[in-house]
Amino acid sequence: MTRSEAGSCRGRAGSNLLRSVSVRTSLAVLAVLAIVGLLTFGLLSKGSSGVALGEVAPAPSLPRLEGEGNGSLADYRGRWVLVNFWASWCIPCRQEAPALEDFQRRHGDGRFTVLGIDSRDLSGDGRAFVERYGLSYPQLRDGDGATAHDYGTTGVPENFLIDPKGKLRLHLVGPVTSENLNDEVAPLLPGGKS
Amino acid sequence: MRTRVALAAGLATALALLAFGALDAQAAKPQTSLTEIESEVMCPVCGTLLELAESPQAQQEKAFVARLVASGRSKDRIKDALVAEYGIAVLALPQGSGFDLSAYLVPIVAFLIAIVALAFGVRKWRRDAGPPDRDRPAPTGPSPEDAERLDADLARYDL
Repeated sequence: MTRSEAGSCRGRAGSNLLRSVSVRTSLAVLAVLAIVGLLTFGLLSKGSSGVALGEVAPAPSLPRLEGEGNGSLADYRGRWVLVNFWASWCIPCRQEAPALEDFQRRHGDGRFTVLGIDSRDLSGDGRAFVERYGLSYPQLRDGDGATAHDYGTTGVPENFLIDPKGKLRLHLVGPVTSENLNDEVAPLLPGGKS
Repeated sequence: MRTRVALAAGLATALALLAFGALDAQAAKPQTSLTEIESEVMCPVCGTLLELAESPQAQQEKAFVARLVASGRSKDRIKDALVAEYGIAVLALPQGSGFDLSAYLVPIVAFLIAIVALAFGVRKWRRDAGPPDRDRPAPTGPSPEDAERLDADLARYDL
C-alpha cells in the first residue's frame, strides 16, 4: 500500500466516523427537541387564564342550569352584568345568595342583571340550591369549570361586573354582602344609586 | 272447577310477583363499590384522586357516586354520569385521544429507543473489545534470553 493509498483509507475511515457521530448526535438532539416540544405543547394547550380590568370578558356558550338550551354572557350585551360564580357545596355561596337575590330584585331591569354560573357542581344540587334560595336571575352551568378557569377564578364565590360592552369593570373575590353590592357595584350602574 | 281456576290464577300471580321481585332485587344489586370508583376518578376542585380528597365538593361527589352504586349501576355507567356532570377531566386515567394519547405513546417510544440504543451500544462494545480470549494465542514462557537473564539476576541477588 502506498503512502497516498494509506492516507486515503485513513481519510475515508475518519469521514465515516464523523458521519456516524454526527448522525447519532442529530438523533439525540432531535429526541431532546421532541420531548421539549411535547412538554411545551402540553403547557401551552392548558392556556393562560384570567381577565384584567378593562379587558373583554370571556363569553362562552354554556348550558342553562334550568330548562333547555344554552346561554352566554354575550346574550346580555348592552346591559351591565354581575357574573357570579358559585356552587351548591360552597358554604360562603349560601351566605351571599340572599344578598345577590335582593340586589337583583332592586336593580334588575333592562340595564342590569345578575348572571349566576354554577361551577364544578352537580346539576341536581345546583337546581335545588336555586330553588332553596329563590334565585330569580338567570343561571348557567359550568360543570368542568372551564369558564371559571378562563376568568381566572381561584375558587367560589367570585363576582365580576361586566359593562354593556362586555368589558370587566370590577372583580370581587369571596362572598359579597349587601354592603359590598351597595357600596361598590351600585355606584357603577346606570343612575349610580345604591 | 271454578275453585281450581281461581287457585291456578292465584298461584300464577304469586309466581309472577316472585319472579319480578327477584329481577328487581338483581337490578338493584351493586355491581361496583364506592372504593373502586374513588380510585379511578378525580375531585375536580382539589385536583387529586377522589379517594384522597375530603373537600366539600369531594363529599358531594362521593355521595353522588354512593347513590349510583346503591342503585345498581355499573362502573362504566357511573363514570359516564360523572363525565356528564364534571366533564372528561373527572376521569383519572388519560384518554386515548388528542394530547392525552402521548401519556401512553411516549413511554412506549422511549422504551423502543432505549432498546435500539442498547443494541447499538452492545454491538459497539463488542467490536471495540476485539476477539474473545479463547482466540488469542496461548501465553508462552520467557524467551531463552529472558530466562538466562532471570537466572543470572536470581543468582546475583541470592534469592
